[in-house]
Amino acid sequence: MLWTFYLVKKIVGLIFTAEMNFFNQFGKYVLFIRGMFSKPEKLSVYIDRTITEMSNIGIGSLAIVVIIAVFQGAVTTLQIAYQLVSPLISKPVIGSIVSDSSMLELAPTITCLVLAGKVGSHIASEIGTMRVSEQIDALEVMGINSSGYLALPKIIAGLIMIPCLVIISIFLSNAGGIFAGEASGILSSEEYLQGARASFLPYNLFFALIKAVTYAFIITTVSSFHGYTTKGGALEVGASSTKAVVYSAVAILFSDYLLAQLLL
Amino acid sequence: MIELKDVRKSFGEVEILKGINATFDTGKVNLVIGSSGHGKSVMMKCMVGLETPTSGSVIYDHRDFTHLEYKQIREVRKEIGMLFQGTALFDSLTVEQNVEFALKMFTNMTPAERRDRVDFCLEQVDMPGINQKFPSEISGGMKKRVGIARAIALDIKYLFCDEPNSGLDPITSRLIDELLKSITEEFKITTIINTHDMKTVFDIGDDVVFIYEGNNEWSGKVKDIKTSGNEILTRFIEASQFH
Repeated sequence: MLWTFYLVKKIVGLIFTAEMNFFNQFGKYVLFIRGMFSKPEKLSVYIDRTITEMSNIGIGSLAIVVIIAVFQGAVTTLQIAYQLVSPLISKPVIGSIVSDSSMLELAPTITCLVLAGKVGSHIASEIGTMRVSEQIDALEVMGINSSGYLALPKIIAGLIMIPCLVIISIFLSNAGGIFAGEASGILSSEEYLQGARASFLPYNLFFALIKAVTYAFIITTVSSFHGYTTKGGALEVGASSTKAVVYSAVAILFSDYLLAQLLL
Repeated sequence: MIELKDVRKSFGEVEILKGINATFDTGKVNLVIGSSGHGKSVMMKCMVGLETPTSGSVIYDHRDFTHLEYKQIREVRKEIGMLFQGTALFDSLTVEQNVEFALKMFTNMTPAERRDRVDFCLEQVDMPGINQKFPSEISGGMKKRVGIARAIALDIKYLFCDEPNSGLDPITSRLIDELLKSITEEFKITTIINTHDMKTVFDIGDDVVFIYEGNNEWSGKVKDIKTSGNEILTRFIEASQFH
């Protein structure tokens, strides 16, 4: 009996500590975001940095987004065709399902999960390295708002470029679907496009963009926060980078569910 | 002039600074000496605002830095230059961009004016012609000098140096010391150097503050250091083989 009581007490204690840690971290995250928004020391420098980050995030991630989108569309087409083996279902339905899935879920969510790995780890390790090598301290001593200078251009660049990448991903998913349909002889491009057109709702595209903007904010802020709060040396920079990716991915999946529940 | 009035700093239960009082005069090389782990770096971080003192005041020419608004703190910081132990040069920027950084952020200089100022600062530290190199392409001693050039790019009033000679050979170390002395005298700034290198103390120091276990154990002129009568300070000097 005493042993059970001790175990329950221990478990409750652990849950309580974990919860407190979560709220503590979340509070710090909110303060970090709030701290970024002060009057820029020089707007032109911030604009230059934003353009550079747009190139890093957008152009730098284009290749991986293209590859993932094309294969994602192609594989989805083949699997949908495999599952819908009934003479009662017309072939354009395959195109309709693939294009809707691409727009509503695959392109925004899968693309952003990949970007959480690529962009997120890059942001966290870059800022984390600056932290442990005292470069952030140097900015602060100069009188520069270091969180604003380092993170704000990345966040703005992410908010602009990640939705663009998601739109490209939607387009290429469909291109991949058409290619796979034609190559395997399952359905022609006309049948695919007929289905895609029939089920197209402009709201779905709007929903995809809402998702993309939300995920962009999560990836850039969570990664910047983990980089900025790094303490220690090279090992901790690696740990921050990993944490940034994991937390971003979990937050993306959680908000994916929340957005679907609220907006669909 | 910078004054420290009863500055205390604790991390959790551990009190690192136990009520430091000190004055650092303008136009002088002020040295803060003491063994590792006794609070020199924490004191310097409290002075530049990288750490907030638990209590007490840091006063820059009658401005209570510890109790200013964030905006006012940023204004004071524009008058501060700092040379970090690991130099903290921005590794994604060239030497020129590093030195130019503060000028770009805080002045309305034209690119040509900025370039002239960068060249002037690099000449001051005897490092002309390396403008386009990245920090990873230059030696430790060169990085320290570029760090000093970056620190003096704006018209600063206060220069902080945290262990400027660490990791340097004796000859480069001597050059950095001479450089800091000449910059202090030429620009009439308040220079504060954290060090445990007694050669630096005797070569370029004017005033000394000896920190021991978070207290200002002794402060005075360099010439009086050997006759201080303070047992702990005497032991420290003896251990450094400069007695």
